[in-house]
Amino acid sequence: MSAKTADKIATAVIVFFAGIIVLIMAGLLGFILVRGLGHISFDFLTSPPETIKEGGGIGPQLFNSLFLLVLTMIITVPLGLGAGIYMSEYAKPGKVTDFIRLIVEVLSSFPSIVVGLFGLLVFVNMFGFGFSLFSGALALTVFNLPLMVRITEQGMQSVPQAQKEASLALGLSKWKTIKSIMLPIALPIILTGTILAAGRVFGEAAALLFTAGMSSPRLDFSDWNPLSPMSPLNPFRPAETLAVHIWKINSEGLAPDAPEIAAGASAVLILTVLIFNLLARWVGRLLHKKFTATK
Amino acid sequence: MQNIELSTKDLSVFYGEKQAVKEISLDFASRQVTALIGPSGCGKSTFLRSLNRMNDLIGGARITGEIWIGDDNINDPKTDVVLLRQKIGMVWQRPNPFHKSIYENIAFGPRYHGIRDKKKLDQIVEESLIKAALWEETKDRLNRSALSLSGGQQQRLCIARSIAVSPSIILMDEPASALDPISSAKIEELISELKREFSIIIVTHNMHQAARVSEKTAFFLMGEVVEYDDTSKLFTNPSDKRTDDYISGRFG
Amino acid sequence: MAQSREKRKLKQHIIEEWTGKVFTSLCIVLLVVTIFSLVYFVATKGFSSFIKDGISLGEIFGGIKWKPEGEPPLFGALPFIIGSFSTSILAAVIAAPLSISAALFMVEIMPKLGRKYLQPAIELLAGIPSVVYGFVGLSVIVPFYRDIFPGQGLGIAAGASVLSIMILPTMTSIATDALAALPPGLKEGSYALGATRWQTLARTVIPTTLPALMTGVVLGMARAFGEALAVQMVIGNAPHIPKSLFESASTLTSAITLSMGNTVMGSVQNNVLWTLALILMLMTFIFVFIVRFLERRANR
Repeated sequence: MSAKTADKIATAVIVFFAGIIVLIMAGLLGFILVRGLGHISFDFLTSPPETIKEGGGIGPQLFNSLFLLVLTMIITVPLGLGAGIYMSEYAKPGKVTDFIRLIVEVLSSFPSIVVGLFGLLVFVNMFGFGFSLFSGALALTVFNLPLMVRITEQGMQSVPQAQKEASLALGLSKWKTIKSIMLPIALPIILTGTILAAGRVFGEAAALLFTAGMSSPRLDFSDWNPLSPMSPLNPFRPAETLAVHIWKINSEGLAPDAPEIAAGASAVLILTVLIFNLLARWVGRLLHKKFTATK
Repeated sequence: MQNIELSTKDLSVFYGEKQAVKEISLDFASRQVTALIGPSGCGKSTFLRSLNRMNDLIGGARITGEIWIGDDNINDPKTDVVLLRQKIGMVWQRPNPFHKSIYENIAFGPRYHGIRDKKKLDQIVEESLIKAALWEETKDRLNRSALSLSGGQQQRLCIARSIAVSPSIILMDEPASALDPISSAKIEELISELKREFSIIIVTHNMHQAARVSEKTAFFLMGEVVEYDDTSKLFTNPSDKRTDDYISGRFG
Repeated sequence: MAQSREKRKLKQHIIEEWTGKVFTSLCIVLLVVTIFSLVYFVATKGFSSFIKDGISLGEIFGGIKWKPEGEPPLFGALPFIIGSFSTSILAAVIAAPLSISAALFMVEIMPKLGRKYLQPAIELLAGIPSVVYGFVGLSVIVPFYRDIFPGQGLGIAAGASVLSIMILPTMTSIATDALAALPPGLKEGSYALGATRWQTLARTVIPTTLPALMTGVVLGMARAFGEALAVQMVIGNAPHIPKSLFESASTLTSAITLSMGNTVMGSVQNNVLWTLALILMLMTFIFVFIVRFLERRANR
């Protein structure tokens, strides 16, 4: 076989495999959207699920997912920013810093189910938060912190050294330099990464099974007092999220329309992830334009 | 006898094992321009950056010796570098304005140092821009991004920014080398103006520039000062052969 | 007057500096403490089945029978260990050629088309939640296998298929980065010698980037190894060693997912589940170690 023929065959094989990936992706998205979109309606998105009857919705689950996302980000973002800034600006190169980097990498590769078990043991049982949104948010924070730290570090490292030096040379403190000069420049990268991380939080289920729980109490959407047990805003109530719900109805769903509900809920999840993705790109571009504006 | 603004005594800078600056003792007179010349890698920029402790930012850099401003040895670890850096301004090779408006670039420092009064800030911005010969070009667009200015304008903005916090010394690290000839000439002109008020230490590659703007010149080679003298003397009648070789273009 | 302002100023910026340092240090300390306690708790709970309940290492790692409710109860975890390894290795074997091809396509063959359409699509794929993969696996892949192979369609083959799709994005993006980071001179040198594209790829590009490509494969495998729900949904969950790829089986993660909620904290069975979690954790260490090793090779 001549080199030319081999080259042609190899190219064909590579293009063929790349084509398979495209087909898989298109098939995956197409399948979920075709199966699911038809099932999405205002009623489906707002009404509570049914256990044995048809026609249940995903209202509480959707709300739980969003609320849990907000709770998680409220805890994760300041911690991740702080730790990331420490790693990129304060940590002195050396054995200790290398070690911290190593264990953060280890944490980022932990299976989420193991993080969930840790949450069960520590947040649910030891700290006594029970199966609750709060326990879930803490578990997701553990799961997401390494990513947030890495994003922050990347953002801070993208700031030109000259900007930092210019600020310090004016006699500004390091912390002021970080806050007022470096963070605004790092913001597009940090924000884009954070939105993508939020998408990950939104779809996570394994870490939540044993922390936020697999059931939701009957919610009273007219009661917005965060302290009352039926209030949707109470962070100490159990909460089944959308992703957990999909898993649950697939393994033990009794409602006759369980496959349709799963498809609808999957479509909602995918659309949300898609929105997060587009939002991240859009925000990144917008901020980039704003900060490098030449007007 | 002139007033001495800043002097170094046996100042050395090490990067790990490598000694980039070797026991340099120099006196810098106040309200004068002192030029530091020498081939690249001779330690002149490193020396300059240790004067406002900018080398602290570089991991693994170690500075020994003394740097005296008045009665303070600022190379003492107890020195508050934040306060020190207010007294010593710095301008870099490439203009590095903040990604903010022209006004904010200048008001940022003074505001941090406690000036909140809007009128007072306006006044500082105007004065600094006038001193940096940039006021006429920018007075109608103070709120526009500093990045909209040309390279030469940006560099003058950076000079305005550093004088806005009223330092007594300004360090310049090849401030004109990244600019076109016209902008470069403007910066030189500006330096001659500024020396009435500030003591300026300038690192430059361009010997003609050193000859034009400075009163004194130090010639650096391999981390040492070969010769330090009045600029006119050093360029016309150097006492060391290596200086002669360098200024007549035989190496570097 | 000026003196006092100077003084106040002095104090203010020192307080400010201190605030920043303390805040960021607290964050990093919290992170480190969390990681240590995570490792500590999983390890102590995981070891308690050996120490407190007196189960032998041999029983867990060598036993092929899992009958926690039996008389006497049997805690052989070998079926789960075999299940985990076979699904994740198989998934990596399926995904590796696909993702490396996709990366070659994006970097070497049609960079414009690839970067513009394929890469964003793959990034999107990376964001899809694992339960959705499980759901699709359950509604498409399992019925498909059921139709053409004997059995219910559930099993290691279905699990590996779902996982392979799930880890495609990770592997592809690492492979793409590795290929894109190659110095251009390397390829040009080969082309200048009259080599065809395939010869250049096979003799120069792939050997040079091999450690980095392997990093992607190992990271993908690590992700597959630790994935719980997507696998649990399609593998069938029978706690024995299957005789074929299309027979119901279990993995470490699926066993934990299914049983953890039904056991009492502190009971023998519960402790053994923690031992499974400990195995997962140790495997994570090993994967990270391999990745570090490969990265060091790649940077040389």
